[in-house]
Amino acid sequence: MQMPEPNASILSRKDHIVSRLQSVLPQGAVVHDPIQTRAYECDALTAYKCPPLCAVLPTSTDEVSAVMRICFEEGVPVVPRGAGTSLAGGALPTADSVILGVARLNDVLETDYDNRFIRVQSGRTNLSVTGAVEEDGFFYAPDPSSQLACAIAGNIAMNSGGAHCLKYGVTTNNLLGVTMVMADGEVVQIGGAHLDAGGLDLLGLICGSEGQLGIVTEATLRILAKPEGARPVLVGFDSNEVAGHCVSDIIKSGILPVAIEFMDRPCIRATEAFAGAGYPDCEALLIIEVEGSEAEIDDQLSRIVEIAKRHNPVEVRESTSAEESAKIWLGRKSAFGAMGQINDYMCLDGTIPVSELPLVLRRIGEMSKEYGLDVGNVFHAGDGNMHPLILFDANKPGDLEKCEAFGADILRLCVEVGGCLTGEHGVGVEKRDLMVSQFGSDDLEIQLQVKDVFDPGWLLNPAKVFPLKVTETRRAG
Amino acid sequence: MRKTPTSEEDLSDLIQSATGPIRIVGGGTRDIGAPVDGTLVSTAGLSGVTLYEPGALTLVAQSGTPLAEIDALLAKEGQRLAFEPSDLRGLLGTEGVSTIGGVVATNASGPRRVQVGAARDFCLGVRFVDGAGRVLKNGGRVMKNVTGYDLVKLMAGSWGTLGVMTEASLKVMAIPETETTLVGEGQTAAQAVESLSAALGSPFDVTGAAFSEGKTFVRIEGLEASVAYRAAELAKGVLAGFQPVSGVASSDIWARIRDVSAFAGRDGAVWRLSVKPSDGPRLVAALDDLSPEAIYDWGGGLVWLHVADQTDAGAARVRAELSKLGGHATLVRAPADVRATVPVFQPESTPIAALTKGLRQKFDPRGILNPGLMGA
Repeated sequence: MQMPEPNASILSRKDHIVSRLQSVLPQGAVVHDPIQTRAYECDALTAYKCPPLCAVLPTSTDEVSAVMRICFEEGVPVVPRGAGTSLAGGALPTADSVILGVARLNDVLETDYDNRFIRVQSGRTNLSVTGAVEEDGFFYAPDPSSQLACAIAGNIAMNSGGAHCLKYGVTTNNLLGVTMVMADGEVVQIGGAHLDAGGLDLLGLICGSEGQLGIVTEATLRILAKPEGARPVLVGFDSNEVAGHCVSDIIKSGILPVAIEFMDRPCIRATEAFAGAGYPDCEALLIIEVEGSEAEIDDQLSRIVEIAKRHNPVEVRESTSAEESAKIWLGRKSAFGAMGQINDYMCLDGTIPVSELPLVLRRIGEMSKEYGLDVGNVFHAGDGNMHPLILFDANKPGDLEKCEAFGADILRLCVEVGGCLTGEHGVGVEKRDLMVSQFGSDDLEIQLQVKDVFDPGWLLNPAKVFPLKVTETRRAG
Repeated sequence: MRKTPTSEEDLSDLIQSATGPIRIVGGGTRDIGAPVDGTLVSTAGLSGVTLYEPGALTLVAQSGTPLAEIDALLAKEGQRLAFEPSDLRGLLGTEGVSTIGGVVATNASGPRRVQVGAARDFCLGVRFVDGAGRVLKNGGRVMKNVTGYDLVKLMAGSWGTLGVMTEASLKVMAIPETETTLVGEGQTAAQAVESLSAALGSPFDVTGAAFSEGKTFVRIEGLEASVAYRAAELAKGVLAGFQPVSGVASSDIWARIRDVSAFAGRDGAVWRLSVKPSDGPRLVAALDDLSPEAIYDWGGGLVWLHVADQTDAGAARVRAELSKLGGHATLVRAPADVRATVPVFQPESTPIAALTKGLRQKFDPRGILNPGLMGA
């Protein structure tokens, strides 16, 4: 994977740039020692690494603004970093870039239950947002599986989802406002505690812009009252296709589960060996979770079971207790770990129309044989957000490249059937070069023009999202 | 002169060869914004549902497709547009048929917005022709999509000032088995908003929360048994003394609130204010000098404000009070000469105005698409 050549002039001015940054930040907030900067050399896409020029850890919006002003004046690229959990390389630095980490911006600024919002600094972790309100019966809905570690800043940058967004939506549906520092250091307020935009919906544009339009330092988030309870049912099928039809029928029925998760046989076998959740040995299984009071849950689950039974399931396991629920979720939650136990893996994130599930799963199976690499599928079936995990051996020469080619084929297939390259992880560097398969040149150009407006000098996370060739002249300028 | 292109190519040619401003019209039912003087371009020739997959909850339609046609098609499968788009013909005294393009372009969302989201949240993808005549697409037809920038949100609520939409794909939802509205009487606006906050802050999944014409309304939808249970829990808890209403009587209440029917067929200007819910009653009280009447939706966060006729429709006062609290105000109904002089949409801070202007220059370099409708 190619990254732009570092700018030699910036590298030669490192001491000057570091000392300017130190002059506006507290002691210890500029990490510039070549050994220490290695902590920032990659995110969760660990295949690619490059230590930055330096990393800064500001503690306020004003400090972020001061940093941005200096970088703007010096013409230094800035790579924003939440908690570094991006699977797409969103926080991958270049040698001439400053990593702007928001980890020290983690305060709760305001909690308002009457108006159902919380205002936090953007470095706060996703789970600790819920942690701040759950004793009072509220929660923050988007729940990416990295929620223990990932930061709200990164959630906003990638428009993160999670297992429960079938009912509650993704980040953009739960974000009310931001304080954002522009590329030149100017601080802007967008949105607030009210709903919708008074003019153009800039908040909707910023959410999911992968740190390329500004640095979000504070966020106003919608919080919701916790449901009375939740319970899943597990249903096993002897074909992916039938499981796919069952998903469609459930969605159509008008019951709104909070989650419909799908696992295929390779994934089921791997998780059983790893976690021993007691899953049936079948081609495909669904975990469907519903919420409400005990009686409401019973009612919904019985309707779901009735639908499932029309599809001749090999197993139906309705949870009746917290213990059984935990056991049903155990395998799903250990799926990534279980696959990682077998081998290195690459996790894809293509999204497809639910109706295309059977076809896409069949094609992935065929391609798996052609490439000679195993794949396990575990994903959010309710919204068609697939997560094929391709197994490969990082120590075997050529395996990573083969895996990437296989992954690219799967993503192109997702686009072909009416879907997209990424449903919740973002483009980052990982899917940058595939953007041309989803967008025509004008469709890309208008996006570049949007960035031109927010960041005319192309200093914010410049080597991401778009193919390097497409952005070359802008980045050089 | 009225032009009615019948394909994206037609529309693209028309825009490329345009020598002056273009006024874009869907069904013409939402005549809001500063008056635009220009060649009338209608999307009526771009009509029809191109894809509907009930099992995937998705519908794709050309922008000029009448909303009624979409509603009818969805209803056959027991589905609907959950964001509850309004019919403002009564309020605005307009005729014609509302189109899906118009709904998305104006981000028209009704009472359910407070719980499920706005039109912008249900729009999965758009195709549009920008001011340079480029045929562009963004988003798609899947529920989750973070591939590239989200221009779908930007197009939703851009009132045709960034491009002429030709197609929209939407997430649809099942029509619930039943609905019940709990009705409370005798509350002041401030008391009502307190009740609404308590209901919205309960685990009982409230899908409508309004105070209108002296009554407080809370809606619950879903499976029969579940609705009965939640209504009972609310009525013995935070909504003590509220009485349940079901069926058509319930849906009529929400249609009336959605369409702002209480202010239809009367003189006077109407504002649409989006504020922090608890600020709603406070704001209206502060504007007492305008003889205000208010409908509170979205738990108090959406205020439809009726003020007696005056030269600026009360703009100076409304905006002065609003600026103390935050939020935004749109002058939804006022005579054209007032809308030509008073900013209809919320004036933006200097840096935000610069971003807006910058975006407009990229999408519409010649400034010909509904110029001035949303302000400078």
